[in-house]
Amino acid sequence: MSVGTAGGTTSAPRVEPTQTAQTRGRARGGHEQTGRMVGWSGALVLVTVCSLVPVLWIVFLSLKTPASATDGSFIPHHWTLHNYRDIFNAGIFTQALRNSIGIALIATALAVILACAAAYAIARLDFPGKRLILAISLAVAMFPQISLVGPLYNLWRQIGLYDTWPGLIIPYMTFALPLSIYVLSSFFREIPWELEQAAQVDGATPYQAFTKIIAPLAMPGIVTTFIIVFIICWNDFVFAISLTSTTSAETVPAAIAQFPGVSQFTVPYGDIAAAAVVVTVPVMVLVLLFQRRIVAGLTAGAVKG
Amino acid sequence: MSTIALEHIYKRYPDGFEAVKDMNLEIGDGEFMILVGPSGCGKSTALRMVAGLEDISDGELKIGGEVVNQRAPKDRDIAMVFQNYALYPHMTVRDNMGFALKLAKVPDAEINSKVTEAARILDLEQHLDRKPANLSGGQRQRVAMGRAIVRNPKAFLMDEPLSNLDAKLRVQMRTEISRIQQQLGTTTIYVTHDQTEAMTLGDRIAVMRAGLLQQVGTPAELYGHPNNLFVAGFIGSPSMNFLPGELSGDTLRLPIGDVRIPERLRGRLGRGPGGGRGGVIAGIRPEHFEDAALVGDRSRGHTFRAKIDVLESMGSEYYAYFVVEAERVSSSELEELAADAGGADLPRAQGNQVVARLDAASRVRQGEEAELWFNAERLQLFDPEGGQSLLPADGNGAASGAAQPAGTGGAAAGTAADTGGTAADT
Repeated sequence: MSVGTAGGTTSAPRVEPTQTAQTRGRARGGHEQTGRMVGWSGALVLVTVCSLVPVLWIVFLSLKTPASATDGSFIPHHWTLHNYRDIFNAGIFTQALRNSIGIALIATALAVILACAAAYAIARLDFPGKRLILAISLAVAMFPQISLVGPLYNLWRQIGLYDTWPGLIIPYMTFALPLSIYVLSSFFREIPWELEQAAQVDGATPYQAFTKIIAPLAMPGIVTTFIIVFIICWNDFVFAISLTSTTSAETVPAAIAQFPGVSQFTVPYGDIAAAAVVVTVPVMVLVLLFQRRIVAGLTAGAVKG
Repeated sequence: MSTIALEHIYKRYPDGFEAVKDMNLEIGDGEFMILVGPSGCGKSTALRMVAGLEDISDGELKIGGEVVNQRAPKDRDIAMVFQNYALYPHMTVRDNMGFALKLAKVPDAEINSKVTEAARILDLEQHLDRKPANLSGGQRQRVAMGRAIVRNPKAFLMDEPLSNLDAKLRVQMRTEISRIQQQLGTTTIYVTHDQTEAMTLGDRIAVMRAGLLQQVGTPAELYGHPNNLFVAGFIGSPSMNFLPGELSGDTLRLPIGDVRIPERLRGRLGRGPGGGRGGVIAGIRPEHFEDAALVGDRSRGHTFRAKIDVLESMGSEYYAYFVVEAERVSSSELEELAADAGGADLPRAQGNQVVARLDAASRVRQGEEAELWFNAERLQLFDPEGGQSLLPADGNGAASGAAQPAGTGGAAAGTAADTGGTAADT
């Protein structure tokens, strides 16, 4: 799922060098330039093909009839929306989709809000143990998640968080925080300190200075962090499969694994592919919506330069 | 509008470095005070302490008679113009200027009228709905000014507001700032390292060096009666020439000849710390030299001959450079001035290089020997040890200067003893 979005974002910046190479080629008209242009175009095509083929394969698979799912052809012989109808009619997928959206959004929002506060403190204040905190938070991110599944399972059972939304939101948030803090603190560090001082002199409280000046300027960073964290939560499988058991908290990746086949010995490839395509859509919409905001350069004009 | 008083202010950093030492400065209501000095002298730190952006290590800061040491910047009712403007890039010019009022919960209609008024004063009306990124440097600077003036604060604090502009614009904005300040009558502290800005803008100037206040006074006082070598060398452009000298009785023995000390200086010299004997450093400003041929009455000065190495024509005047063979004048203060001007790395000429400003009517030629004259009444004498002036300001000169408004500064010194002959000194 994330393969598709990764392909989309990597191909976007690749376009630029090609264009500059073209204009340069026109200006000088040398063979060297034409060669470079061909080289860049080739690389671009290669990257696009590599990242799009798996996506296309999944899309085509989802459009095949169950009988022809494993026929070995790339393009379906019989086009059908049967699989999509199937997953939306079975309650398990729609409920999982609802869980996925709710859990991922809440966990991401909490993580980003907490990370904003922490990153701002790390970027602005000089306190003892600042580096240590950053190092520890990164260490948390390196911790293999699978090793925590067992203890968490037992703990959640004991305190009644097993198979609930908070039961997934808490670990998602925890594992998303280190990365968020790291990304956001580097964004906050880029914002000239004078802006905040100017706001203070203008009569702003530290909270007002943050919400009215710093946060709007760090918006590209906040949005970027939000999307990264959302994708991590959205795609998680390990926690989702281990800490849930019913549709009350099961997210899409876990639900897909539980799709019932026609018999015990058939894998419902078509349904799985259709579900995979559907869950990719929200991520793609998010990225497309905020693509412009992610572009940095909002701070241009703040200070002379 | 308000008075600002710094009483025994110190700034100490955790590593023990003292950026500002025992600073005492009183700024009157509506006064335009300049803090000037080479980079790293503590002037910006002092300003930021007044703004509340730096903690005060020791001493008391009073704004309008109230001690504000512990108050946050927002509770001090001051406006600041930053060196790099610090405009909010995500807001339009209008929102930038109205931000402080909005935070103060001023009604929208009032914000609008105040912003429009400020925009009119600053000629920004057609740019109100643009973002800072789309403005030129000069326009951004004016927005930063506008952000300060809409507030009608107790004081303006300006931290080198013109240093990012190109030379021509800087001169324009300088007059603009002066005009606005007079119009509004707001107490202003202005930090700069540019002595020209300091001389032209300020009601009074406070010269700082290495965290210590060197001298506070009107431009005329600083020009006419510098307290020490540092102030003497810092104020004035081109800067004062320094020559080693020897005092004996009424005569000052200089490498360019023996000079009879005029009556007026002798009285002040007697009251000075040196008592009127021994080795001194003599300071002569370039503008107090003249082509001897153009001087009518040479009796008040000293005539000598020198070979002109370089002659620069400014159109309105000449700058003549010549070398006086003598032991180099050296003092830590002068070294620092040279370093600040970026001259520390230049190859040193043998002896002391002297620059003289001559009238455009002069017939002096480059590479030829010329007869020059300087006005002995405008001599400055300094103790070679501590750099202190040996000529304490005489009563009427310094005292009358204190009440003078800005603008009378420049070259005309307090008790104007004009040069003889042509008006080289205006």
